[in-house]
Amino acid sequence: MEKVVKGKAFVFGANIDTDQIYPGRYLELTDPKNIGRHAMEGADPDFGKEFEAGDVIIASTNFGCGSSREQAAIALKSIGVGAILADSFARIFYRNAINLGIPLIVCPKIHDQVKKGDKVRVNLITGAVVNETTGARAQAQPLSDFVMRILENNGIKPLIRRQATEA
Amino acid sequence: MHAVERILARAAGKESVTTGEIVNCRVDLGEVNDVYLQTVQSFYEMSGRKVCDPTKLVFLMDHYAPASTIQQAENQKQFREFCQKQGIEQFFDINQGVCHQAMVDNGLVYPGMILVATDSHTTTHGAFGAFGTGVGATDMAVIMVTGKLWFRVPEIILFRLEGTLPKGVFAKDVILRIIGDLRADYGIYKAIEFTGPLLEHLNVSERMTLCNMTTEIGAKTAYIQPDEITLDFLRSRVKHDFQVFSTDPGFKYAAEHTFSVSALKPQLAAPNSVDNVHALEEFIGIPIHQAFLGTCTGGRVEDLAFAAKILKGKKIHKRTRFIVVPASRGVLLEAMAKGIMQTLVEAGATFVTPGCAACLGTHEGILASGENCITASSRNFPGRMGSTEARIYVGSPASVAAAALEGQITDPSKYLD
Repeated sequence: MEKVVKGKAFVFGANIDTDQIYPGRYLELTDPKNIGRHAMEGADPDFGKEFEAGDVIIASTNFGCGSSREQAAIALKSIGVGAILADSFARIFYRNAINLGIPLIVCPKIHDQVKKGDKVRVNLITGAVVNETTGARAQAQPLSDFVMRILENNGIKPLIRRQATEA
Repeated sequence: MHAVERILARAAGKESVTTGEIVNCRVDLGEVNDVYLQTVQSFYEMSGRKVCDPTKLVFLMDHYAPASTIQQAENQKQFREFCQKQGIEQFFDINQGVCHQAMVDNGLVYPGMILVATDSHTTTHGAFGAFGTGVGATDMAVIMVTGKLWFRVPEIILFRLEGTLPKGVFAKDVILRIIGDLRADYGIYKAIEFTGPLLEHLNVSERMTLCNMTTEIGAKTAYIQPDEITLDFLRSRVKHDFQVFSTDPGFKYAAEHTFSVSALKPQLAAPNSVDNVHALEEFIGIPIHQAFLGTCTGGRVEDLAFAAKILKGKKIHKRTRFIVVPASRGVLLEAMAKGIMQTLVEAGATFVTPGCAACLGTHEGILASGENCITASSRNFPGRMGSTEARIYVGSPASVAAAALEGQITDPSKYLD
């Protein structure tokens, strides 16, 4: 896992639900590459054209609310999201994303400090967030040891794989 | 301790747990639906060979029942093959309906259990004093491999419901009002308990609707202390032994709210957010192109019965398509036996297979741009039921049926004398 994530920001508002992150009509797709093509399509149809691997998503409160569909997290993992920073996350999305190894950073009021296209740098260990375009700084909640262990293993699958193989 | 904490402690093999603690719990039942072929993929990606305990898993084909594309058919086929290979006997195919209702119908839900499903509306099972919570595919695959899953012990919030429901006002209106007041992110990571004198007047169907919708304020789980109404309902259905846990007197909740329902009017969540809740009367006269009655939120026998009461001997408005989806096979059978389906179809309803149907915008009633829909389901996110240019109003089953009759949003009370 990269300890420092740096990328340009894509900014969304409050209550971005998983239907907007990954519309229901694509739920039957199973290949992560195909799933990734529809990331954020319900919120911004042009997102896929502009996003580059390593870029970060910034949102207000309750990012990922609604359906439990893991495809929402898979889509963002598949396109290589560097991190997602939000005032708060919905719980199932939070679990899904961490399980896949996506750094989710709870950073109160971050949404007000970043505009689309700003360069943002996040230190995942210290929680220090810098908007390199404006110079603004913010302090995110540090990740818990439990979550950090999953992220350092690039998701929960390698951890369980080890367990399953040892059993 | 709270009953919810006792359930977690029991499943984690601990005497007690504290708020914020992370506990690894044995899961009593894991349920996978047909949107989640990823569970099988994640299972193999974790080097899973045999599932930990095939008797503690249910696979249920409800979101795509029956398949309407080749890809859906292929996914369901892979589920059937997986269950056969793994010796999972609780495979419920496309004839069972929505998982949350079908599991209850089949006696799989009981107080004190930990029920985890790949569906956000698993909070529904708090109506039975179960710890029900939704997860994604990879979490479910962890359960398939290990039989366990980690949880953070949640803060618990108490909602006390007082008063009596006026005519035309239902549990759905109550929970919509609560969501509107507290907003969609109020309960993230929290457990929500319902209590208060109103519960004595709410049947199991209404209690399921309350608990079901707590996921729309972000809740991790919901809880209603089992009482005689619960136990009467479960007695004939559940074969499994169970224990009813209780909450210590004086337990300190993270927050407490009291809602009096006696003056409540029918409510609607207006586009495009479940917490954009207003009195229905503010929207009277808005033309409705599709009225959707069904799902795990609003497709039980009691819901269909109120619709039948409103539509008995009448015809729906010619502008409106009225789609009726009984929540489950059990609901359909009972609704047929009681003449409810006859009444609704005679009134002009389009009846579709028990399952999730158009609720998640995949099939059986997709909305076109510019259309208005009123739904007894749970969500009105942009594009949820089809075009992002469609507008969705979430209300009670009675409000849906009354709108089908008039072709516009209208107060259902006048049809319920």
